[in-house]
Amino acid sequence: MTAITYTLPDERGHFGAYGGRYVPETLMQAVLELEMEYKKAMADPSFQRSLQGLLKDYVGRETPLYFAKNLTEHLKGAKIYLKREDLNHTGAHKINNSLGQALLAERMGKRKVVAETGAGQHGVATATACALLGLECMIYMGAEDIRRQQLNVFRMELLGAKVISVNSGSATLKDAVNEALRYWVTNVEDTHYILGSVMGPHPFPMIVRDFQSVIGYETRKQFIEKEGKLPEAVVACIGGGSNAMGMFYPFIKDETVRLFGVEAAGLGIDTYKHAASMTKGKPGILHGALMYLLQDGNGQIQEAHSISAGLDYPGVGPEHSHLKDIGRVQYESIKDEEALEALKLLCQLEGIIPALESSHAIAYALKLAPTMNRDDGVVICLSGRGDKDVETVRARLGGNK
Amino acid sequence: MTRIHKVMQELKNNNGKAFVPYIMAGDGGLQTLPERITFLEKAGATAIEIGIPFSDPVADGPVIQQAGLRALENDTTLKAVIQTIGEIRPIVHIPLIIMTYMNPILAYGIPKFIEDSFRAGVDGLILPDLPVEEEDVIAGHADKAGIEIIRLVSLTSPLERIHKIANRGNGFLYAVTVNGITGVRQGFNDQLLQHLKKVKHISNLPVLAGFGISSSTHVQEIIQYCDGVIVGSKIIELFNQGDLEGIVELISAVKTV
Repeated sequence: MTAITYTLPDERGHFGAYGGRYVPETLMQAVLELEMEYKKAMADPSFQRSLQGLLKDYVGRETPLYFAKNLTEHLKGAKIYLKREDLNHTGAHKINNSLGQALLAERMGKRKVVAETGAGQHGVATATACALLGLECMIYMGAEDIRRQQLNVFRMELLGAKVISVNSGSATLKDAVNEALRYWVTNVEDTHYILGSVMGPHPFPMIVRDFQSVIGYETRKQFIEKEGKLPEAVVACIGGGSNAMGMFYPFIKDETVRLFGVEAAGLGIDTYKHAASMTKGKPGILHGALMYLLQDGNGQIQEAHSISAGLDYPGVGPEHSHLKDIGRVQYESIKDEEALEALKLLCQLEGIIPALESSHAIAYALKLAPTMNRDDGVVICLSGRGDKDVETVRARLGGNK
Repeated sequence: MTRIHKVMQELKNNNGKAFVPYIMAGDGGLQTLPERITFLEKAGATAIEIGIPFSDPVADGPVIQQAGLRALENDTTLKAVIQTIGEIRPIVHIPLIIMTYMNPILAYGIPKFIEDSFRAGVDGLILPDLPVEEEDVIAGHADKAGIEIIRLVSLTSPLERIHKIANRGNGFLYAVTVNGITGVRQGFNDQLLQHLKKVKHISNLPVLAGFGISSSTHVQEIIQYCDGVIVGSKIIELFNQGDLEGIVELISAVKTV
């Protein structure tokens, strides 16, 4: 089990063997500067005040930790709590990071921001933060995702962002990251890259984790207030892994709390249509970091597949990769249809439409909770709301469900 | 003396300048690789940079991306490229340098990759996503085998850092001439020429400039500030158009300064 002194990443940005800064030399100065500026900002009370103020009054934190009584009674197992990140401004946890990094960009004197987006949640959150702070915003998005998420594209444009369609490769999230990186290499002197997950070169996995760890810190405090103890289990979904890392990080040292990361098994992990990088991938280097990756035997990156665009990424952040190897987090996978069933169940029992991403975490908790004692507690990170997915769900379930 | 060191020394002695073309292995089928290598040697190339296709080449612009995709459609693998280099090596005298992103090497296995490259007669490696901070994973193996890691410096590298990178030694220093990715460009600004001067001043190694160099005019403009040029996207375009004369002409631009 993990030592009580968990202090990763090390000074070179490594989490055990994973992470690092595998980027073109042109970006090295920018990532070194970013690391320095980030450390200064975090130690600066006025930066902290601005961030905390916005998280409270603009984002609407803290978010509730809600006891899902009906779901608990339905499953007859552990008490289920939902961490309501879906109630954040813009409807998901992504804003915690976008806002933090936009403030950082402003502090560094960089008035232009570039970001990638898959489903559009990170793009919308970043466009929002940029509108608020008056920063110029460019969002790269795969042509395939643009087609699937028309409404989010319009949202970003309404917020003043320029959305650029990416046609290279598979025209999805990984290609959008490639293009955003290429744009950043070309415009590094006046542009900050707001990466949306706990991936990419150091210091991004650390920065995104830290900005998202507000999820876990609040949850830990709220759970103790309600139950007088720590939960026995915490469950979160994983694409790149930002909501999970933010949720898990404050619990890593609590050895009694079991942590579960749930990836997308798509049509099944024995098909080629899944996004289960932990279960089926191997360590490799993509987008600046060493991490678990879906790849062929020659090191070519494979396309990921999931009903949920936010989990549709062929890698999992370096810190998760490390936590898997040391056994601190257990990684599981959930199929498209299981996630859809979980989504329906939460709608019917609790009156909450969860995002398809979050539905993967719920689906795993449906299996886990009944195996636990009635006085145990399990927290599910409800990372986003499902409004954006209603069209996808309708297409799959048919209008009469 | 390594092959790279030797050709650079010869150029220096004769006041010559280097021209290193980049080609994408497997673009047009792997069977074209030997003929392209021998053609380029005959056309006067100082060394040849052989690109390995990768699904996600973040340092490359559209021309090399497309070439990589074509090569992958032809099922080009790192293993097959190394094998092909081994077959052609006995009749090629100039240095052959592999340029690849790290992941194909990781998948191959670093020690095995170095061993097979050494056997095939690979002289150097250019690894665009491996800054000096991370190179420990491979540098030791490469050094032992006498395969030279060619390091890049950029317009954004502070002078101190350029100094540190140049001091690590090996064949030559690769000076990236634009903030950006590979590809065809219009021209260079004064800031670049000043930067090249500084790099040249700091470095004990020969300095070759690359990224965005795409015409004889570019070559002649930039060559006064460095020891040679690396040209990729334009060479790929010319091969694709079957314009072999254009390639000969471009290479000879370094000789007519």
